[in-house]
Amino acid sequence: MQKYKCDICGYVYDPEAGDPGSGIAPGVSYDDLPDDWTCPVCGAAKDQFSPTD
Amino acid sequence: MHPIEIKPNVYWVGAVDWTTRDFHGYSTYRGTTYNAYLIMDEKITLFDTVKKDKKGELLHRIRNIVEPEKIDYLVVNHVEMDHSGCLPEIMEIVKPEKLFCSTMGRKTLLDHFHREDWPYEVVKPGQDLSLGSKTIQFIETRMLHWPDSMFSYVKEDKLLISSDAFGQHFASSERFDDEVNLNDLMYQAAKYYANILYLYSPLVSKLIASVQEMGLEIDMIAPDHGVIWRDPGRIINAYSEWSSHKARKKALVIYDTMWHSTEMMAKAVADGIQDEGVSVDLLDLTVNHRSEIMASVLDAKAIVLGSPTLNNGLLPRMAGFLMYMRGLKPANKIGAAFGSYGWSGEAVKLMNKVMEEMKFEIVDPGVRVKYVPSHENLKECVELGRRVGKAVTEAV
Repeated sequence: MQKYKCDICGYVYDPEAGDPGSGIAPGVSYDDLPDDWTCPVCGAAKDQFSPTD
Repeated sequence: MHPIEIKPNVYWVGAVDWTTRDFHGYSTYRGTTYNAYLIMDEKITLFDTVKKDKKGELLHRIRNIVEPEKIDYLVVNHVEMDHSGCLPEIMEIVKPEKLFCSTMGRKTLLDHFHREDWPYEVVKPGQDLSLGSKTIQFIETRMLHWPDSMFSYVKEDKLLISSDAFGQHFASSERFDDEVNLNDLMYQAAKYYANILYLYSPLVSKLIASVQEMGLEIDMIAPDHGVIWRDPGRIINAYSEWSSHKARKKALVIYDTMWHSTEMMAKAVADGIQDEGVSVDLLDLTVNHRSEIMASVLDAKAIVLGSPTLNNGLLPRMAGFLMYMRGLKPANKIGAAFGSYGWSGEAVKLMNKVMEEMKFEIVDPGVRVKYVPSHENLKECVELGRRVGKAVTEAV
């Protein structure tokens, strides 16, 4: 699944790992993240992420 | 220097560092200060501490007001070592009832000092804390410039304790903006922005807008470095301009040279830029520090880069500078490149590539000259400069 990188702080959302700290289980794709999900490191909004390798 | 009362019962108790000249690669030829603030109220509260080796200075200033053991609360607005280096020792002496920090502040403090036993009190954005006669409102400012960063606003005094934002690496015997040379001060503030906060410009714009929306009245800004702003409008306006990437009719020719060929080209390019009535600075990387150059990049419209080719790549000083500038994310710039070479000549292509990554508008594929430029080659360089100058004039 496609990873996404935060344009502000560089954090990478990896769907395989999810974001357990925000209640996102492993396996949730970036597209399926809730709209109000924010970067767990810097709080950037979901639309401030770009696809990455 | 004694503690300075900046508002009734609010004291500057920080440390002045007159001798530091290198701040993790940022040249601090005017030194710096590490500011900490003490509020004397029913709950005596210390905001931030100082660099590890300046602990004595901090304690001396606090003792001029109160015995440190009497401090009730500690607030950590920012965990970076220049503000928390002596925190473990201060915690031992003060043994505060509570240590206030942001959510990320707690995590960052744990990752620095590994002390699960400290009395952390995580504050929520916008949360109020009463100290008795004064009320502190905490404002979360993640990534300005670390995840843990926050501001503390003293409502009754309209005083914003702003952590690293609005700071300057500027040692002085005076503590206020209106007591020092304004040009020196604004230069140091711009240099600080360009080297520390530039890449977070979108967040700075957002923060300024949200502070205006909140209707926060600000009478004074007390940052963690440099002097305190009694004229907060001046620095807020400057941050608005810098974060919106507002540029002047100015170009920089930044270069390094092996046997003066690229230097000759740089001068010819600068002549062409000047022909179009655009101000230009010629910045040789051997004599200009990268952090000084970044201060110039802040309001320049065009960046023209020159490097000869060495070992199929860039001269190392240019490579280092490009890596540094790219990380700081300047935006809305016009770019071009030039350089001499002997046989392979990759430098121009490599510099263009980095400028493309930064989304600079490349106005010309660039000029490459074999070994030593001829008169005709230099005319090409003047022409390159003119193209850049024209683009600047059209854009600004």
